[in-house]
Amino acid sequence: MTNVLVCIKRVPDSSSQILLTDDEQGVEGRFVGFTVSNHEQCAVELAIRIADATGGTVTLLSVGPADAVDQLRSTLALGCHAAVLVEAEPTGLGPSDVAHEIAAVVRDHEARPDGGTSYDVVLLGNDAADSGDFQVPIRLAYLLGRPVVTGASVVEVADGNVTAHVDGPDGEETYSVPAPAVVSVLEGGPEPRYPSLKGRMAAKKIEIEMRTMSREPAGASRVRLFLPPPQPSTVELLGEGPGAAGAVVDLLEKLQVAR
Amino acid sequence: MILVLVESEAGATSEVSLETLAFARALAAEGGGIAIRAVVIGDVADRDAMSAELGAHGVSEVHQAMGDAFAAFGGASWAAALQAVREATGSVVVVAAGSTRGNEVLAHLGARLDVPMAANVVSFSGLAPFVVSRQVVGGAALEEMRLDQRPAVLTVAGHSWTAARVETPTTPSWHEFTPEVGAADLVARVVSTGTKEADHSDSLKTARVVVGAGRGAGGPEGFAAVAELAELLHGSLGVSRVVTSLGWRPHHEQVGQTGSRISPELYIPCGISGAIQHWAGCASSKTILAINTDPDAPMMTKATYAVVGDMHEVVPAIIEELNRRRS
Ligand SMILES: Cc1cc2nc3c(=O)[nH]c(=O)nc-3n(C[C@H](O)[C@H](O)[C@H](O)COP(=O)(O)OP(=O)(O)OC[C@H]3O[C@@H](n4cnc5c(N)ncnc54)[C@H](O)[C@@H]3O)c2cc1C
Ligand SMILES: Nc1ncnc2c1ncn2[C@@H]1O[C@H](COP(=O)(O)O)[C@@H](O)[C@H]1O
Repeated sequence: MTNVLVCIKRVPDSSSQILLTDDEQGVEGRFVGFTVSNHEQCAVELAIRIADATGGTVTLLSVGPADAVDQLRSTLALGCHAAVLVEAEPTGLGPSDVAHEIAAVVRDHEARPDGGTSYDVVLLGNDAADSGDFQVPIRLAYLLGRPVVTGASVVEVADGNVTAHVDGPDGEETYSVPAPAVVSVLEGGPEPRYPSLKGRMAAKKIEIEMRTMSREPAGASRVRLFLPPPQPSTVELLGEGPGAAGAVVDLLEKLQVAR
Repeated sequence: MILVLVESEAGATSEVSLETLAFARALAAEGGGIAIRAVVIGDVADRDAMSAELGAHGVSEVHQAMGDAFAAFGGASWAAALQAVREATGSVVVVAAGSTRGNEVLAHLGARLDVPMAANVVSFSGLAPFVVSRQVVGGAALEEMRLDQRPAVLTVAGHSWTAARVETPTTPSWHEFTPEVGAADLVARVVSTGTKEADHSDSLKTARVVVGAGRGAGGPEGFAAVAELAELLHGSLGVSRVVTSLGWRPHHEQVGQTGSRISPELYIPCGISGAIQHWAGCASSKTILAINTDPDAPMMTKATYAVVGDMHEVVPAIIEELNRRRS
């Protein structure tokens, strides 16, 4: 039975226009809505597959505002079993703080009086879609004293070993580490599934474990966020649709690339 | 003293590492001529060539980590090597390229030393305090970050700096060392590497014309027309990271911060939004002709020329027109 913990972060949907909050400490999500990044959705998919193969469980964990229950709830609907929210103001946390909070939950769950849950693998995204620190998984691994593999697109657990496949600079790399381990996931593996109606109903009944921070955060090293200055556009429109082909080929001839 | 992790690629110093040295030199100059030392991990194909190249990019000392611990890549073991040099030399800044390996190894170093780490830095604005700006939100915004602890640990976003030779290169001194690597740091290492896909990125980097394709291609079968156009123009096909991440096309075709930097006479990005990380790899194209359904996509406003439309209709029409005029 393999138990997996997946760490997901509530982030503003950054696929359209980006606005910053007035205090310049974060991205404004009020008008664009919030989501969970692709890497983390892929991590959830891998977790469900790993747990299902052995009759294990998937627990979700987020460190963030109370509203992050929305992301936990919609991710639970995919077929996860439990969820934990450590309530915190995310802009006040650095990657080391987040790692400490995740580590505290892992240790606490293992020490629960009912025998607890020990997580064979903790899955995270490779980098958070908003802060992009590239380090919570690694800091977590050091805090827990566990091996860590980053940027995996496929993760499997068998016979007490975690195997991870990474698209490396010299081809596909395989890592094999003893469980328990920490793995960060990069999108590109199995496609994330959609929630079923049954899953949505089941998710509503799951009670989310609400927690407070385990320690005073050290804080982020952020001074402020800012947007790159807008560049004046000097683009020349050649036309719309296939009708522009003539103008395009004229240009190719002018640039002498249409030999 | 600034310590730079140098990565190699196909036996030579990687382009992003040379760019990182350019950043390190700017930092060293601001600090009144601080020395730059490089750390190289494991075997190198041609030591004399690498030594000359690093000297030409401002490195005064090279430390090469040797031993069985480095026979295969591991984030912790590489960080252990870097940490050993940092302890022996007392560096105040440790830098690597914002590559997959660079970000991983420096995050390990940050965790081991319990100091903050700044990923994907594009510039610095002061030394006391040391303030850097780095890419966040997929490059759509920047974060000013203050690095008060020493060493300051950071990675430099790929292609945000341009590699440049120094006027009077010197030959760096070369020091081999075999750091002590604990058992725990050897657990997570690459156990096997699949066959490397054929790499045609050299022809992409030097092509006169590059036809690009992004998520707008729609799927792995959506590249036939762009590939045909590239061939008709004696050019190469370049793609966005979305395309390589989803496995639609091989990684060596990727243009951008974590792919190749291209500088063709003409770049024709089709169905590519023009995120800053993609732009980093194509900004030095002489002329850009963007094809996109969304007239407000960043690529469409930054390009020289634009066609608003579905790439699956526009590209075949261009091919047809080219063929018509040729016959
Ligand atoms: C650390 C880091 C490094 C990165 N490195 C790179 C890198 O090296 N290279 C890179 O490319 N990205 C890189 N990225 C990712 C980058 O941020 C973007 O996510 C990526 O470039 C977007 O790819 P895209 O333009 O193909 O997709 P999207 O952003 O989804 O854009 C698709 C575009 O296609 C258009 N479109 C859709 N359908 C059609 C159609 N039928 N015809 C015409 N147009 C259509 C849409 O209007 C849209 O503009 C990196 C990100 C990070 C965080
Ligand atoms: N506040 C958070 N709550 C839960 N998981 C997080 C949080 N911040 C970061 N993570 C996880 O750590 C990964 C890497 O984040 P980062 O190191 O901040 O780029 C993310 O993809 C998440 O899986």
